[in-house]
Amino acid sequence: MSAEVPEGASAEEQKEMEDKVTSPEKAEEAKLKARYPHLGQKPGGSDFLRKRLQKGQKYFDSGDYNMAKAKMKNKQLPTAAPDKTEVTGDHIPTPQDLPQRKPSLVTSKLAG
Amino acid sequence: MIPRLGALTQDTLWCFSQVKGTIEIGATEADIISTVEFNHTGELLATGDKGGRVVIFQREQESKNQVHRRGEYNVYSTFQSHEPEFDYLKSLEIEEKINKIRWLPQQNAAYFLLSTNDKTVKLWKVSERDKRPEGYNLKDEEGRLRDPATITTLRVPVLRPMDLMVEATPRRVFANAHTYHINSISVNSDYETYMSADDLRINLWNFEITNQSFNIVDIKPANMEELTEVITAAEFHPHHCNTFVYSSSKGTIRLCDMRASALCDRHTKFFEEPEDPSNRSFFSEIISSISDVKFSHSGRYIMTRDYLTVKVWDLNMENRPIETYQVHDYLRSKLCSLYENDCIFDKFECVWNGSDSVIMTGSYNNFFRMFDRNTKRDVTLEASRENSKPRAILKPRKVCVGGKRRKDEISVDSLDFSKKILHTAWHPSENIIAVAATNNLYIFQDKVN
Repeated sequence: MSAEVPEGASAEEQKEMEDKVTSPEKAEEAKLKARYPHLGQKPGGSDFLRKRLQKGQKYFDSGDYNMAKAKMKNKQLPTAAPDKTEVTGDHIPTPQDLPQRKPSLVTSKLAG
Repeated sequence: MIPRLGALTQDTLWCFSQVKGTIEIGATEADIISTVEFNHTGELLATGDKGGRVVIFQREQESKNQVHRRGEYNVYSTFQSHEPEFDYLKSLEIEEKINKIRWLPQQNAAYFLLSTNDKTVKLWKVSERDKRPEGYNLKDEEGRLRDPATITTLRVPVLRPMDLMVEATPRRVFANAHTYHINSISVNSDYETYMSADDLRINLWNFEITNQSFNIVDIKPANMEELTEVITAAEFHPHHCNTFVYSSSKGTIRLCDMRASALCDRHTKFFEEPEDPSNRSFFSEIISSISDVKFSHSGRYIMTRDYLTVKVWDLNMENRPIETYQVHDYLRSKLCSLYENDCIFDKFECVWNGSDSVIMTGSYNNFFRMFDRNTKRDVTLEASRENSKPRAILKPRKVCVGGKRRKDEISVDSLDFSKKILHTAWHPSENIIAVAATNNLYIFQDKVN
């Protein structure tokens, strides 16, 4: 019995197999789904758009900071590991942790 | 010299003219060019970068002795347009990157341009000073005040010539009108108003008024969970001051008429190409997202750029584009890795030449593509330091899509996806183009016989 093409394959399965051969896009999609099986059911939908609208990093949240300070009273707030460049997540940043943002004081090299 | 419009019936030969910027490896992020724009006469060329700086180049007068050399662009003015800010209320940093520059048509001796970052639009005035007053009575030549008791005669100050000084001053700051990130600005043909568009809203401004703007499009849903598309680009019609278009992340374009109502949420025309549902994949919507929309100079057509194609639409036909050009279709078999490295979200721009006969857009590996709408021929060129001898003719490049690779071709797997040409500009009336390759600006011209 031939193992390559199961006999009596439904039209849908046959089309899918054809698609994988003829459409590079669908082949790429299969590759992606294989790597990330939990990828959103609504591709390009709300999750992706909402991420786009929230561009911009979260830094110091004074509300969290003051709440945590109040709760912990005199205890020290957990400080960031010295090699951390991004201050996000469970750690509550302190003003000292924030990287300084300085404007460009140097003239553009295009004008050089 | 008679300006040469667009491509002729024979293929245009493009030559290297100039390159601006440094060759250093690992250039700082601030130097990455984020926008390029010629002014309406082509005399000035402006660039904006990620560091919030604007550099303006001016074309030098063509010398009568060197008829074979077209005017070169030299630095005219440079200034810091935007600075990094921090929104304390939202705990968000506001990038100083210049998203767009748009020139105003020249109405007096000074030049005016709009530059914008994610949140704030600024009107800059660039003016020349080549005279200064001398002979004040109460001040000496160094500016120190003189004791009035020592003054025995009066003189009339006179204007004396001085070395040319170009000054840039911010004349208006249009702030606090956008909750989301500004992606487009467009000057209206009435020269009195302009629009700024963010992901969900479009605002109409009067140049004279900075503390108010009219909201003309609002696609924010009441419940953000229902959000399905965002605004990706917007532009005013070049002649009809009541008409504008905006594109979406779903690959559609809406044309609106401001005479119809104050809030243009209901479009006048809706441009969408029908999609074959059997071809739909996870990537379909992402690659259909329009990254740029531009009216033709004639105002009759619009051009849109999505991830793999450039399309030309006739304003009179909404149901499909009249022309579709493949920019780099070979990337279709690379979509998985392009999604993983985020390149699939790159926003390429597109431009028309002065006569609307040729369109141009960028690609990867510092390649850029031109499509002649009349001859239906296209060419791929490369912006690289290797082809940077003065007046060296650019050799067409070709990407090999599998099978045998010819000597001059490059295979898809060898393309450098970090070298992307997102921003290009075409002189309004001549065959001069400016191509931004990361931190370098290339200027190419067609071959002068």
